[in-house]
Amino acid sequence: MPSITRRSLLASAALAPFARSFLASGSDSRFSGATISPRERFRQLHFPNVTLTTHEGKAVRFYDDLLKDKVVTINFMYTSCAEVCPVTTAHLVKVQKLLGEQVGRDIFMYSLTIDPNHDTPAALKNYAEKFHVGPGWLFLTGKDDHLELLRRKLGFVDPNPEVDKDRANHIGTLEYGNEPLMLWGACPGLAHPEWIAKEISWVTRPGTN
Amino acid sequence: MYRNVFGEKVSRARFKEMLAAMENRRELIAAALMNRRDLFKMGLLTSAGYLLAKRGLSARWGSLIPEMQAASPTVNPFVQPLPIMPIKQPVSSLSPAPQVQPNTAAGEARTRPHQALTIFPPQKFFTLIQRAAQISVHPQLPLQTLWTFDGVSPGPTFVSRYGVPILVRNFNQLPPASQNGGFGLPSVTTHLHNGHTPSESDGFACDFFEIGHWTDHHYPNVLAGILSTHPGTGDINESLSTLWYHDHRVGFTAQNTYKGLVGYHLLFNQFDTGDETTGFHLPSFPQFDIPMVFADRVFDPQTGLLSFDTFNLDGILGDTFLVNGAVQPFLQVQARRYRFRWLNVGPSRFFQLFITDLQNNGAAVPFWMIANDGNLLPKPVQVTSATIGVAERVDVVVDFSQAAGQTFYIENRLKQTTGLGPDDPAVLLPGGKGNLLLKIIVSGNQNGNDNSADPGNISQFYPLPDTTPTPAVTRTFKFDRLNGMFSINGQFMDCETARFTVTQNTAERWILTNLSGDWQHPIHIHLEEHQILSRNRMPPPTVEVSRKDVTRLRQNERIELFFRFRDWTGRYPFHCHNTVHEDHAMMLRWEIQPQGDTNRTP
Repeated sequence: MPSITRRSLLASAALAPFARSFLASGSDSRFSGATISPRERFRQLHFPNVTLTTHEGKAVRFYDDLLKDKVVTINFMYTSCAEVCPVTTAHLVKVQKLLGEQVGRDIFMYSLTIDPNHDTPAALKNYAEKFHVGPGWLFLTGKDDHLELLRRKLGFVDPNPEVDKDRANHIGTLEYGNEPLMLWGACPGLAHPEWIAKEISWVTRPGTN
Repeated sequence: MYRNVFGEKVSRARFKEMLAAMENRRELIAAALMNRRDLFKMGLLTSAGYLLAKRGLSARWGSLIPEMQAASPTVNPFVQPLPIMPIKQPVSSLSPAPQVQPNTAAGEARTRPHQALTIFPPQKFFTLIQRAAQISVHPQLPLQTLWTFDGVSPGPTFVSRYGVPILVRNFNQLPPASQNGGFGLPSVTTHLHNGHTPSESDGFACDFFEIGHWTDHHYPNVLAGILSTHPGTGDINESLSTLWYHDHRVGFTAQNTYKGLVGYHLLFNQFDTGDETTGFHLPSFPQFDIPMVFADRVFDPQTGLLSFDTFNLDGILGDTFLVNGAVQPFLQVQARRYRFRWLNVGPSRFFQLFITDLQNNGAAVPFWMIANDGNLLPKPVQVTSATIGVAERVDVVVDFSQAAGQTFYIENRLKQTTGLGPDDPAVLLPGGKGNLLLKIIVSGNQNGNDNSADPGNISQFYPLPDTTPTPAVTRTFKFDRLNGMFSINGQFMDCETARFTVTQNTAERWILTNLSGDWQHPIHIHLEEHQILSRNRMPPPTVEVSRKDVTRLRQNERIELFFRFRDWTGRYPFHCHNTVHEDHAMMLRWEIQPQGDTNRTP
């Protein structure tokens, strides 16, 4: 057995008295969280309630204001991104048109920057106007740490740390989800806009497709 | 700066701990088997028998829940018997009676008429009901709400025979989405994997249907070629043996199969009879022929409930191993030959399976591989391990006749730490240090009553079908990943678009190439099995000189496949079977029609 493992084993042995009392009273007692609702557990695991700023300069909480009780789409972008971001944004503009009046009423679209130091609310507003983005679609910036936390919690990561350093590797995916139903899917931002709209409909009104 | 996958900054030491997490867990479990007394002395085993949660057991969960550093809750291995799935029983009739045209008025969701119902009229009828059920996976874990076929997961085993067409009426009675418990879309389409099935009964990914509806699937159980190259009989050398069925809902296959929607479908004929006194004399089903479903899963340490990492878009790895729906079970066998059927249902892990003798320093016990992807090899091949990516199957024969009273383990020794694929370069863990999946206890009594053949004496099952016909077209498919998206020839899954059309009853050559860097992809093509002509311009290894329906495409590989597309017309998919990659658009729709195209890079 490698020495590092032996050290870890001994380290955990020191914690044993606490753990024993925790575990000894039967299998079910280990699962103190069994009474938590699946939705609350899902929120705990995936949705930190950090504060972000919209392209209109309004402060919003990620869970309370943006996700709770809503159907949403989420993608990452940055305004200085030359190739894939503009194409993806243009696709999503078409998706927004296809979804029509649902956007802002039943479905909310969010584009989060992964370059918050440059992408100020004003820069994002300028970007949204350039693409003729309609209401119901927010571009969001905030503290670097908060956006990095969200990027990782929401899985816009590459398992290879070297590949992960390249921001352009995180901007091709669109996630869509129904928060109260805990139904989430994802598709390429470069898929056909009609197809993206179809995928979103699967979680907007499940059971009717 | 080091961060965990959830974005929190972590120390370098913590980062290294995360990398060591899976290894530690394996060591703990292996240690528990051999040194329970020592562990107890060290304080790692409680009086109740639990392994204590060891710091850093999970890279994904560790820092999320500071009070519980473990990933899945630890449980005692090998305390419950291997579940054996019930054999699916037919019903005498169906009401309303099956019909060629979709019975939309009565709630059927099928969209296209049956093309072979009157040519091969079904002789047996089945109902298959998809519904939620409370299932125990281990006595130390709470009951799980799984999605099942007929109330069990894996679902009941279908036992079919060539020449006996069947019809399965598949009902969606899943609970509404509001009761999914955190993952799963209650919208389904059941695919019979490797079935020579007309398109409308294939369980095509886009033929999903909703709660309250049903679909009739017609399985002719005929040999490929029956309406074309080998009229009236089909080609006996295209016989299939081990198939499986699973949900194939586009975009949600990973969630729905993880939640339980998988099962076996076996196909026997006059040679592979299921009776060891006849035909090829393979061990008799079901007594000595045991289907096994391998799966890796994560259970929430706080609730003990099955947990699916919805926001993992790379490939999900579990730290808890189930065989036939039970966590690390045991199997008691007689001292004789057995046929085991091994299936990896994913979602993402590759297994390299060994039969390990822990009493003999983890030595690997040789066994006979007799089928690859459920297709009998030209003849048995003796091996010490067998590799299965997601959806691949191997059938093996293991001889326990000289092992009365001994104990063995089916062990995965292939190291994999990310959804990319097995670690690169491939790392095989030493015997006993891998994932011990199933304990096999051989009875102490000799069993003289073994009528199965010694695989070493079997000189031929079926010769491989001819691959010399000139392909009508050579098509190239590039599997890639760019900006976080998985693609085939730079495009993404879209149910509405058929990317190319094969001319019915012709042969084609397909070249699969992997440009996706570190990623590995088990590629599955529906309808007919293929043969691997070359891997990187070299002949494939012996066990891949066979008929396949899933081919592992490793880093920077170029694989040449030979295909025939016979008997039916219609739409089929072609996709990566890492279900997470599949759901994120690494799939395409293609078609078979009387007149196809010659698009070389569709």
